[in-house]
Amino acid sequence: MEQWFGLALVALDSAVRLSVPLLFACLAGLFSERSGVVDIGLEGKMLIGAFAAGVVAALVPNPWLGLLAAILVSTLFALIHGFASITQRGNQIVSGVAINVLAAGLTAILGNAWFGQGGRTPQLPGEARFNEIAWPLAEEARALPIIGPFYAEVVSGHSALVYLCFAAVPLTWFALYRTRFGLRLRAVGENPHAVDTAGISVTRLRYSAVLLCGVLCGMGGAYLALAQSAGFVNDMTAGKGFIALAALIFAKWRPVPALGACLLFGFLDAVAIRLQGVPLPLVGQVPVQAIQSVPYVLTVVLLAGFIGKAVPPKAIGVPYTKDR
Amino acid sequence: MKRPAGDLPLWYSAGLVPFLNVVLAFLVAGLVVLAIGANPLQAVRILFTGALGSWYGMGYTLYYTTTFIFTGLAVAIAFHAGHFNIGGEGQALLGGVGVAVIVLNLQFLPPILLVPLAVLGAAAAGAAWAFIPGWLQAYRGSHVVITTIMFNFLAFALLGYLLLEVMKRPDSMALETRPFIDGAKLPRLDELAVLFGLSITRTPVNLSLVLALLCAAGMWLLIWRTRLGYEIRTVGANPTAAVYAGVSPAQITVIVMLIGGALAGMMATNEILGVQHRLISDFTAGAGFVGIAVALMGRGHPVGIVLAALLFGVLYQGGAELAFEIPAITRDMIVVIQGLVILFAGALENMLRDRLGRVIFRMRASEA
Repeated sequence: MEQWFGLALVALDSAVRLSVPLLFACLAGLFSERSGVVDIGLEGKMLIGAFAAGVVAALVPNPWLGLLAAILVSTLFALIHGFASITQRGNQIVSGVAINVLAAGLTAILGNAWFGQGGRTPQLPGEARFNEIAWPLAEEARALPIIGPFYAEVVSGHSALVYLCFAAVPLTWFALYRTRFGLRLRAVGENPHAVDTAGISVTRLRYSAVLLCGVLCGMGGAYLALAQSAGFVNDMTAGKGFIALAALIFAKWRPVPALGACLLFGFLDAVAIRLQGVPLPLVGQVPVQAIQSVPYVLTVVLLAGFIGKAVPPKAIGVPYTKDR
Repeated sequence: MKRPAGDLPLWYSAGLVPFLNVVLAFLVAGLVVLAIGANPLQAVRILFTGALGSWYGMGYTLYYTTTFIFTGLAVAIAFHAGHFNIGGEGQALLGGVGVAVIVLNLQFLPPILLVPLAVLGAAAAGAAWAFIPGWLQAYRGSHVVITTIMFNFLAFALLGYLLLEVMKRPDSMALETRPFIDGAKLPRLDELAVLFGLSITRTPVNLSLVLALLCAAGMWLLIWRTRLGYEIRTVGANPTAAVYAGVSPAQITVIVMLIGGALAGMMATNEILGVQHRLISDFTAGAGFVGIAVALMGRGHPVGIVLAALLFGVLYQGGAELAFEIPAITRDMIVVIQGLVILFAGALENMLRDRLGRVIFRMRASEA
């Protein structure tokens, strides 16, 4: 029992760590898609953000400057997506694909040309990274039953970005459901004509949503390069942007369920690493690929309406044209 | 935005605009080359001589072209029905599995039977993998873009599992099946040339190039010369009107996804049956995504797709030479160009077309 509890805590702790980039990207996608702009370019924005963070932190050993760079570059890419989707009324999916491909190519070629380490950025020293923050009394609290170890293992000992990320969930909820901006944002994703008729600029609303999306993706990228690893590694997002997209659908485009979905998918990721080659009761050895596939399968099943129904914002993917 | 009234001439919308979009993509790529401290003009020269300056280069160029024709057609056929098939990568992987299952289990058959069966196996496996997203879009309303993305990841997981646990050759550490028997190969073009008494340089380009061109011709016939093609275009233009015309958009959706999956799957005939002669992991190497760029650049027309595939073939072969001559410009440069082509010829296609279109109309108005 004791041993299982310890294992569960360790798994939970790594689930928290692994769900952070998912959650950043998922909330990013939430803003964009709630405003009616499909974003399958979360992966690319996170990747280019991670790269920018790695480059800047390697030059100036300050994680906050790295974070700023990640946000700026990711937002620039978000603006390209916004320009194509909102101003030019282009195909938003095609634009998202372009962002992903462009980010994959640029990070690899520039990283290799600038640092000559096969696309990596230099290994970062401790002061250039977001380091773990031990909470007060974490070690002393271990003596308490259940809560103590939970506090010490799961709550304490993460980097600033982790806490920022989890704080972003209630903030997003508040912005979406309790502010005028949020009301308009949700409205513009459902019925842009109504918003336009009310004298509010659809273009401006959607651009602000896309910009927020860029900021959050940049933070996710910075977390990957400056907290989870010590520098940028080629293709370090490794499909996380798409899992975040899956989580967004799984959460039916709502912030609090998004937290749950990202924790679940992060937990699955943590479990998949740990269960490699370990026989389980009843089912025997589960191939690691099977566990890794769960988020994708769940999303497909959910989208098909076999368990509940995920209904996207009504105006999603449709460029807005004022009636002439 | 004001769209110019009336139709723009063909030379303009199918010729000049795609050309200018590609030029734009190359100009931005040139900036990237400058950013890494190399000379863009020199890079372009190495790229084109590397791809087209020798029989050897041309052979490789055509070998890459073959792959991109398949994946480009796979994206384009779904475009015609108004759908976006991002699943080419996964469908091609399954095509490889289809080839390997047929060849490894039926190797007692004579090659004349085995090879065509393997090609059919590739098409069938790719189609089967595309069927599920197609069916889900048609009858359950789940967006085909999202499901095909998910199915790409599932295909990678499935292939990884199969190669690790089921089909792996026991005598090697590498993630691959045992090699195919000698008969189970598509002949290379240089092998075929010998039969006609010609001698050309040995390159991987093989008979699947002919297959790819036949598929492109077949798609032209299908889309513009058959009843089914008419129905596909109707659904693509207006699904609601299609229903009134007695066409079922759901059925058409499933059909285009099946054809698209089969085309993507046949990409494996080039890579697996033509070159690798065993199933390996990740043999698609992003070709499914190049297909998106190819289909957008070729504007969904088979002739355009063959030309766009040729351009990407040049980029892939020339890019390899370029990475050899100027090590700073790695093959990732092609990925950058690919992304820029998708951006300019796809997402920003309205930008140039409308702007220049207005100029043309003004010129015409002043002439009249």
